[in-house]
Order: sequence, then C-alpha cells, then structure tokens
Amino acid sequence: MRQTGIIILKEFFHILRDGRTLLMLFGLPVVQILLFGFAITTDVVNTRIAIVDPSPDPVSGEIRQRLLASGFFLLEERSPDIASVERAFRENRIKMAVVFPQGVQENFFRDGNAQIQLIADASEPNTATTLVNHAQAIIMDYAQQKTRGDSPPPGIQTEIRMQYNLEMKSAYLFVPGVMTIVLMLICAMMTSIAITREKERGTMELLLVSPVKPAFLILGKVTPYFILGMIIAAVTLLLGFFVFDVPVRGSTGLLSAITVLFVLTSLGLGIFISTRTDSQMVAMMLSMVVLMLPGILLSGFLFPVESMPAALQFLSQAIPARWYLSALKSVMLKGTGIETIWKEALILAGMCIFILYLGIKNFKIRLS
Amino acid sequence: MPHAIHTEALTKRFGNFTAVNGITFDVMEGEIFGFLGANGAGKTTAIKMLTGLSMPSSGIAEVGGFDVCRHAEQVKRNIGYMSQRFSLYDDLTVAENIEFYGGIYGLGFREIRQKRNALLAELTLEAVQNTLVRSLPLGWKQRLAFSIAILHKPRIVFLDEPTSGVDPITRRQFWETISDTASTGITFFVTTHYMDEAEYCNRISIMSEGRIVALDRPAALKAQFQATSTEDIFLQIARGKKEKP
Amino acid sequence: MWVIYFIVRKEFRQIFRHRVLLPMIFMMPVVQLLILSNAADYEVRNIYLHIADADCSTTSLRLIGKFAASDHFELVGRSFSAAGGNANLESGRADMVLEIPSGFERELLREGSSTLLLNVNAINATKAGVGSGYAKAIIRDFNDQLIAGVKGMQNPSRQFDLRPIFWYNPELNYKAFMVPGILVMLVTLVGMFLSGLNIVREKEVGTIEQINVTPIRKRYFIAGKLLPFWIIALAELAIGLVFGRLVFHIPIEGSLAVVFGFAGLYLVAVLGIGLLVSTISETQQQAMFIAYFIMVIFILMSGLFTPIESMPGWARVITWFNPIAYFVEVMRMVMLKGSGWYEIRWHCAAIAGIALAVNGLAVLNYRKRSA
Repeated sequence: MRQTGIIILKEFFHILRDGRTLLMLFGLPVVQILLFGFAITTDVVNTRIAIVDPSPDPVSGEIRQRLLASGFFLLEERSPDIASVERAFRENRIKMAVVFPQGVQENFFRDGNAQIQLIADASEPNTATTLVNHAQAIIMDYAQQKTRGDSPPPGIQTEIRMQYNLEMKSAYLFVPGVMTIVLMLICAMMTSIAITREKERGTMELLLVSPVKPAFLILGKVTPYFILGMIIAAVTLLLGFFVFDVPVRGSTGLLSAITVLFVLTSLGLGIFISTRTDSQMVAMMLSMVVLMLPGILLSGFLFPVESMPAALQFLSQAIPARWYLSALKSVMLKGTGIETIWKEALILAGMCIFILYLGIKNFKIRLS
Repeated sequence: MPHAIHTEALTKRFGNFTAVNGITFDVMEGEIFGFLGANGAGKTTAIKMLTGLSMPSSGIAEVGGFDVCRHAEQVKRNIGYMSQRFSLYDDLTVAENIEFYGGIYGLGFREIRQKRNALLAELTLEAVQNTLVRSLPLGWKQRLAFSIAILHKPRIVFLDEPTSGVDPITRRQFWETISDTASTGITFFVTTHYMDEAEYCNRISIMSEGRIVALDRPAALKAQFQATSTEDIFLQIARGKKEKP
Repeated sequence: MWVIYFIVRKEFRQIFRHRVLLPMIFMMPVVQLLILSNAADYEVRNIYLHIADADCSTTSLRLIGKFAASDHFELVGRSFSAAGGNANLESGRADMVLEIPSGFERELLREGSSTLLLNVNAINATKAGVGSGYAKAIIRDFNDQLIAGVKGMQNPSRQFDLRPIFWYNPELNYKAFMVPGILVMLVTLVGMFLSGLNIVREKEVGTIEQINVTPIRKRYFIAGKLLPFWIIALAELAIGLVFGRLVFHIPIEGSLAVVFGFAGLYLVAVLGIGLLVSTISETQQQAMFIAYFIMVIFILMSGLFTPIESMPGWARVITWFNPIAYFVEVMRMVMLKGSGWYEIRWHCAAIAGIALAVNGLAVLNYRKRSA
C-alpha cells in the first residue's frame, strides 16, 4: 500500500511541476464559464439590417423607429433598391432587409392591409427565424395599437411562471455542462496521456518490473487525477455560484456521490484508451474523437437531446456524460433527491463498474 | 588552419550551477580526441556548446575556424554529430534514414543514391535496408548513426557517448572504424565514460566537476600518474578530490 | 531549398506508417459530419406538455385539441389537478404544465376574460422562451377565434401582411448552415493540433537535436514540417465537401476555387498557431492542452454556434483576431450565398495578416540553439 502512496506522490510532482498544463487545466473551466456567461448567447441582438423605403411616411417612419429602438436591430443602410440589398447580403453586411411598399400609410389606413416584405438571410436559419419573429411581433404590436388603442384585448390571459430559473439565466445550463466537460477532459484524456507518456518514455517498464501489483500501479497513477478532477469540479461550482448565482439546491452529499461515479467512469475510459496505444498523440486523438466530441455534442450540453434524430438519441444513451449531466442538473438546480435521479445514478454506476473492469482487465492483458 | 577545435575558458552556467567551468584546450586536425569524465562531469554540455546546440555563458570556442557564438551556421556546415540517443527515426527504414539525412545535408539526388548504396554495402546492412530502425539491434543502430554522421564528409565529427550500452566486441569494432576513418583526415571529438577507450585516442582529457583536470597523450598521463590504466588515472584523480580539505 | 522536399517526404512516410493515426484522419470528417450535423440543432421540437384541466369544458377541450394538433408539443400527461403536473415537471417528464382553472369557460363567457397558468421548466432558458412563445401563439390564435366566433366581425382590425421571404436557404435547412462550419472545425483540428504536436514529439524524443546540428535554415525546416499537414488538411476538406454534398446535399453556390483558395490561406495561419504552440511547449501533453485551450476559446467565439453580433463589445473585438471566425463566415458566404473573392476581400486581408504575424513570431521563437 505504501508503494501506491509513493506512486501517487510522484504523479502529483509530475502534475504540479508542469506549470503550463496546470494553468490550462484551471484556465479551461474558468475561461469557458466566463465566456458562456458573458460573451456567448443564442439571443439575437444588435443585428444589422437594411431598410428599403421608396416613399417614407409616418407609418414607415414609426415602424422603423420601433424596430431600431427594440435593441434587436441596428441600421446598416437605407438601401435604394433590391439589388443593393442583394449586394449587402452577399458581403455579409446585413442579416435581414425590411422592404416597405409605395405608400404604406395609405395601404394600411385606407385598405386595411399593407404588405411589408421581410427578407431574411437564411444561411443562418435560426437567426433568420428569430429575426423575423422579432420583427413580426414589433410590427403587429404597432398594428394592434393603431387599431384598438392601448387597451388590452379581452379574452384569455396567460400567466407564465418560470420554474427553477426565475431570471431565465442561461448560466443554469452551462455551469453543469462545463463541469461535465472539464471532468471528462481531466479524468479521461489526461489519464490516458499520462499512462501512454510513461510508456513512450520507457519508464513504464521500470514500474512494471517493480514489486507493485498492476492494480495498485493503476490506482497510484490514477488517484491524483481523481483528486485533481474533484478539485476543479468544486472550483467550477464555486465560480458558478459566486459569479452567476447558480445554486446547489440539492444535497451536496448526493452531488458528490454522482460526481464520484462519473469521475471513476471517466478514469476507467482513460485507462482503457491508454491500453489501445503506445503513443501519446494517438491517445490524445482517440480521447478527443471518441470521448470528448461525442461527449460535448451528444450529452445534451450544447444541443438538446430531444431535438436529435432517433438514431442519435439512441447513441446518446451510451454516453456516460449524458446521464451525469442530467442527474447533475436535477440535483443542482431542482433540488431533487435520489428518488428522482435513481435511474441516472443506477445507469452511471453500472457503466462505472463495467468500464473500470474493462479498463483494468485490458491493462493486465497488455502486460502479458 | 592549425586547430580543428579551440576553446578558451569556455563556461556554461545554469542558474547557480556551473556545469562547465572555464575549460581551455585545442584539438589538432586529424586527431582522435577523447573527452573523458564521469557522468555528470559536464561532457555533454561541452559538446552541446561546440556543436551550436547550446549558448556558452562565457569564454571562446572555435570549431573549424568559426566562432561558435557568432557563426554557428558555418560551424554546422563542417561538422557531423552523433548524439547519445543515436537520433535515428525509429519509424523509418534504414535506407530512408540515410536518404533523409543525405538530403538534409544538401547532397544531390544522385550522390545520395550512390552514398546510400555504398554505405549499405560497407556496413553490410543491405539485407535490412527496408527494415524499420526500431527493430534493429543496438549495435547496428550505432553503426548506422555513425555512418550518417560522416555521410557528408565533415571535417570534424562529434560523438557523444557513442558506445553507451553496447557490448565490448562491438565497441572494439566501432573504435576500429573510427581509426580507419580518422586516417582520412577527419578529426574526431569523442566523449565517453568508458575509461579503457582512452587507449584508442591520440590524446585525452579528463573532466571532473566542470573542469579539465588532465590533458595529454594516454601514455604520458599514465607515466605522470604512475598508473597502469586510464581507469587508474581517473581513480587517483577522484581520490585526490576526496582527500582535499 | 530542396531540403524541404526531403523533410516533407520523411513526414509523409512517417504519417502513412502510423497504423492508427492515418485511418483516424480520414475517417474523422465522415464520422464527425454524420454526428455533428445531425446533433447540432437548436430548433426546439417536441416540447413535453402536461395539461392539468380542472374545468373539463367544451372550451378547454377545444384548447387542448389545439395543443395536441401542434407539431411543437407532445402531450405527455393529462390530469385534473395541478399536483400531477408539477410532479412531472420535477421528474423531467414534462417541460411545461398548462393549468386550466376550474370555471374557465364560465368566467370567459360571463366576464369576458380568464387566466391560464403556464408552468415552465426554465433551466434551459432558450427552450423555455421559445416553448412559451409557441404556447402563447397557440393561445392567442385560439383567443382570436373565440372572439371572432362570439362577437362577429365587430372590430375589423387593420393588419400588415408580413410573410417572410428566406433567401439562400429557403427550406431553412439547418444542416446547410452547420456543415460548412463543421468542416472548418475539422480542418482546424488537423492544422493546429497535429502539426504542433508533430514538432514537439521530435523535441521529446530527441531527434530534433540531429536536425538542429545541421546547417539547415529554420524556415526550410519549419516549412517542411508544416507542408504535409497543409496538404492533409486540404484533402480532408475535399473529402468532407464531397461527403457533405452526396449525403447532405449541401449547396455549393459559389466557386470551389474560392473555398480552397481561402482554405489554403487560412491553413497557413492555423498551422502557424500550431507551430507557435510547439515552440512554447516542452512536452506533447503541454502542446495538446495549450492548443485545446486556444481552440475551445476560438471555436466558441467564432460564430459557429452562436451569433457574433450578440456578443458584447469586448468579445467582438477579440473575434477580429480569431481566424476561425473568418473562415466560418467565408464558408457560409461562399457556399450558401455564392460570394466571390471580391466580397471576401477583407476576410482575406485579415487572415493574411494573422498568418504573417503568427508565423513570423513562431519562426523567431524557434531556436535551433537553447540559451
């Protein structure tokens, strides 16, 4: 047992002495959270548009004012014709064009109907739909006001109550997500690289020849990354809490338990990958392509699983990150207990045992 | 040019630690110069400075008449180098390694082909010319690395621990090869920690803790220290250090 | 100069001998395109709705019918009381709960207004926003129908005809939008990672010493090291494009010459970044993490997944220096809108600038001699 302790210590020295990697390891979750929190949003604001208005009048003027005052749109140019709109699109200077007809005021007030064209650049389909929706809402509001005045229409009122996330903060979504990704990165990718590095350098042989049993050898190598992973997960949580007010509503004990399960699973995957190759570069590429990318894409972190085609949803079930993320969100944000997440916990535990077994068994096979 | 290599108070410091402490010596053209010393005495650091791989902290070094600090690239045109780890590409074949280094040294296509065939014949490596280097036994790798070091007919060749880990018979053969090649006028600067290899050199120097503590022909040194072998000389030096206050 | 040829030839020989790396390099575009383009979809579909109908009137049933008929919603539960609904919300079985209070129809007819409650799981804020938007739209439509039916055309409203016209991608095919971006990512992966790691590996193994001892010029050595990956990355782009065209039918409106031309320029910049990373790393692990770090930041801020205009000012300034952002934009502009060299002239200038700066720095930084 003491020998395992020594191996753990050695590995810690490796890690701590590698300042650059350590900086990256702590930097990654911090930077990602900051980016997600402050810079990245799927909201569509400040979009540049063009307006074509051959005969400006109070109606087109007021609509234009409202559009520009909404915060969604910025005026790029008052285009004289459709051709210049086309040019602006092709040069990517605008994402939408609002085209008023001749004499829109007359059309609206006298005929009761006026056609305004909303031409959107659908090369970004989501943005296009959102822009169009915003514009439609603003213009229709204007129409309603002009018709009915400011009194609200009678009939059904809808009260909307947002649960768990009163201010609709997107932080609630990405903090658990970033945690998941970073844990995968450290525990799976780094572990696989650490083991293959020893193989490349030749020092692995030395360790194997020593009286330490292979199981303890792996334990020794892998424990520091376990500890590192837990530390960084905690840092991420704290960051989320203090900077973005993302709470931990459920029991911390339960949270730690499922995190431990996930970390062990990732470690097992790292060990398994390291048995497949002797080269660091390959271990890295494998971790990246087989673990990280599917993990990021199919776990529900960036894209909702429900929107994916059936085949991918099926595939996503094989990814531990998906179950962890779901349980994590539940416990952290909804404050649920084991009764709700028992399914995820069970699956995660099963995967953990299976993968650890596979990893260790493969390790032993490669030795002989 | 009288001296192939000339150094004056050449020094290398790493922070507080002085690896090479003001060494001064000359190597004649066509000489086989043995740079001996225990592990950690500073031999490899010295070679790295002489080959332009490391910047001296102070002092002068001229190789082939060119200053190592200011004209490193000209120095490199005239030298060959065989590193401790042999620096061959494990995942290339014997033939491919030869072709690559030939090309790197600016040999023309035809010349490379000629040299490659000649080399393979000379080293009797024709049979394995298409085998990956990683499957070769150590002795063969060593011979290949040496041949590649002299492929472009450099005037001065640096060999850093070329016989490390190689069996005694192969070592002897290797030194025979060096002698043969040296007779064509190439200067050899060899570091080693095998003291018995000193017998093969024209002159040797012994480094200890960054300094040169002995420099002469092997026979002369043995007389000076009243030793029967070079090893003996070295032991005396080491013991002498211990007795000093 | 010929030296470059020898280095390139050696690199290719080594790469093609790599049993695992080579198939991975060429399988990657295919696999990634398949997964990514199918997964990367922000469209909100299949919102799980639970309806707690305490009224059970004709009106409430009609309203429920409207929701059932909508493509956006999937009814996962019906109950009388709200408790059942909230349980579903908590367990995650439902994303939204619509509570119709008892006496809904009566109140509506008698007093002319009544209130519904929509409980939304807002953890995914976007989904919640979009979902509640759809729900409100359905309710508003229903409301208008009720008014029209009950009161007749009393208040002829004036309205605007606001049919949108979608250019360049009329079917709003999300894949047409994502696939070019994904190709950018793939090409960048090869360009930044593999090239940087390659040089660091020679450092770690020691063969780089043998090179540093030769009179070879720094820039020839570097060019020789990077050229193979330049070629491989372009080959990957080609494979990806062919695959994207055949399987996803992505449009290629513009000229492929422009695409590959810009890609070539872009790769010089990206390879330069890989090179720069290799000069500041001692081990492959370091190089990998630093490159990964840079890539993550650049990709997140590239406009690949989220629009650049929505970023705050300081973030937008950073994107000026982000080569990935330029390439993503160019790919979409050229492939979907048919833009040409003239329209992307500023992008070209920017990338050329970045390439020059990064490569210059890297060559300066690369030392054949350690201090």
